[in-house]
Amino acid sequence: MIRWLLWLLGGLLLGGIVHLATVLLLPRTATQDAYTRLSATAPANNIMPLPAPTPDDAVLPFMDPAFATAVCRYDLAAGPLKLRVPVSQAYTSVSFYARSGIAYYAINDRAAGRRIIELDLMTPEQRAEIPDDDEITAADRLIVESPTPTGLILVRTFGPEPGLMPMARRALVAAQCGTQG
Amino acid sequence: MRLLIGFLFSFAVAAAFGLGLTQFALTRGTAFGAITIGAWTAWPKTGTSDIDPYARAAIARSGELPIGSGDGVAFFASSDDTGRVLDGRCIVTIAGTTPAARFWTITLYDLDGRLIPNAADRYGFTSQEIARRADGTFEILVAPRARPGNWLPTGGIDRYVVVLRLYDTPVGVATRTAKDAPMPAVAAAGCA
Repeated sequence: MIRWLLWLLGGLLLGGIVHLATVLLLPRTATQDAYTRLSATAPANNIMPLPAPTPDDAVLPFMDPAFATAVCRYDLAAGPLKLRVPVSQAYTSVSFYARSGIAYYAINDRAAGRRIIELDLMTPEQRAEIPDDDEITAADRLIVESPTPTGLILVRTFGPEPGLMPMARRALVAAQCGTQG
Repeated sequence: MRLLIGFLFSFAVAAAFGLGLTQFALTRGTAFGAITIGAWTAWPKTGTSDIDPYARAAIARSGELPIGSGDGVAFFASSDDTGRVLDGRCIVTIAGTTPAARFWTITLYDLDGRLIPNAADRYGFTSQEIARRADGTFEILVAPRARPGNWLPTGGIDRYVVVLRLYDTPVGVATRTAKDAPMPAVAAAGCA
C-alpha cells in the first residue's frame, strides 16, 4: 500500500514538471496562434484590412466589432519598417505584437499627438547601426524596437456607431506599412 | 515486473495530472496580476511585455491578440455579481457607470471568443451609441428576446462572456479597487 502511495506521489511530482514544461513550451509549438493564422492571407511588410468579425467567421477570437482593423505582418530581415497611419476622427490605435503574440508596444492618436502616427520599427541590432548624431531621426520620428525579427502590427480605427463603420474603414485605406528606401 | 508496473503507473499519473493541470489553467485563466472588481476581471499585464507564462501559452493556443496597454484594457465577466454563471436563456442587467476612458465598448462572445449570432446583428454597444438616463448612468438588458432600451441579444446560447473594453484610460496595472475603477453592476433579473 505504502509502495503504491509512493509511486503516486512520484507521479504527481513528475506531473508538476510535465505541467510547467508544457506551459513553457506551448507558445513555440502552437499552430493556431495569431501570426500563423494571418500568415496564410496577410502579405509580409504590407498592410491589409481584416474583414469585420461575424459570428460565423472571424480571423482572430475576441475581436472588437466596433473597430475596423488592418494588419501589417512584418519581417525585419530586409531592413527597418516604416509605418504611417493618418488618424481617424474618432479614435485610432497602433499595437505591436511579437511573433508569439506578446503586445510589446501600443500607442493611440492622442499619445502620438499629431494627425499622422509615424513610426520606425527595427530590431535592436538595426537600431544600434543608426548613427547617434542623426538628429532628424531623433527629433521627428518615433523608433520602436521589435523583440523578434517577425511580428504583427494592428492598426485599429473606432466606429462609434454602426453607421460610422464605413468611415472608420476608409480611414484605414490611407495607412502605409513597408520597408524603407 | 512490479517495478515496471510502478513506473508505468507513475508515468500515467504524471501525464494525466500534468496535462490536465495545463489544460485547466489555460482554459480557466489564472490569477496572476488579475484585477477583479465585482463580476469583472482584467489582466492588464497581458497587454505588456511582462505577460506571465500562463497567459502567453493561452494566447498562443487561442490565437487571440490581447489589447495593448497603450491602447486600453479589457474586463471580462462570465458570472454576475453574486457569482452565478451568466445564462443566455435568462435576463441579465448591466447597469451603472464605467471607469474614466475616452471610449468604451461592451461586447458579448461565446466561450471561444466568437460573436453570438442574432437576428438583430447586434453584438455590443459603444459608449457613443448607448442610451443613458438623465444622470449619465446606463442600463443594458442582456436577454434572449427583444427588450425595450439597450437590448443585447444572447441568441439563447447557454453560456457567454461579456467583455468591457476601455480605450485611452488611466485604468491599468496600477488599478486595485472599485474606487479607482467603478464598474457597472451585473445582476440576474429572472429567466424568460
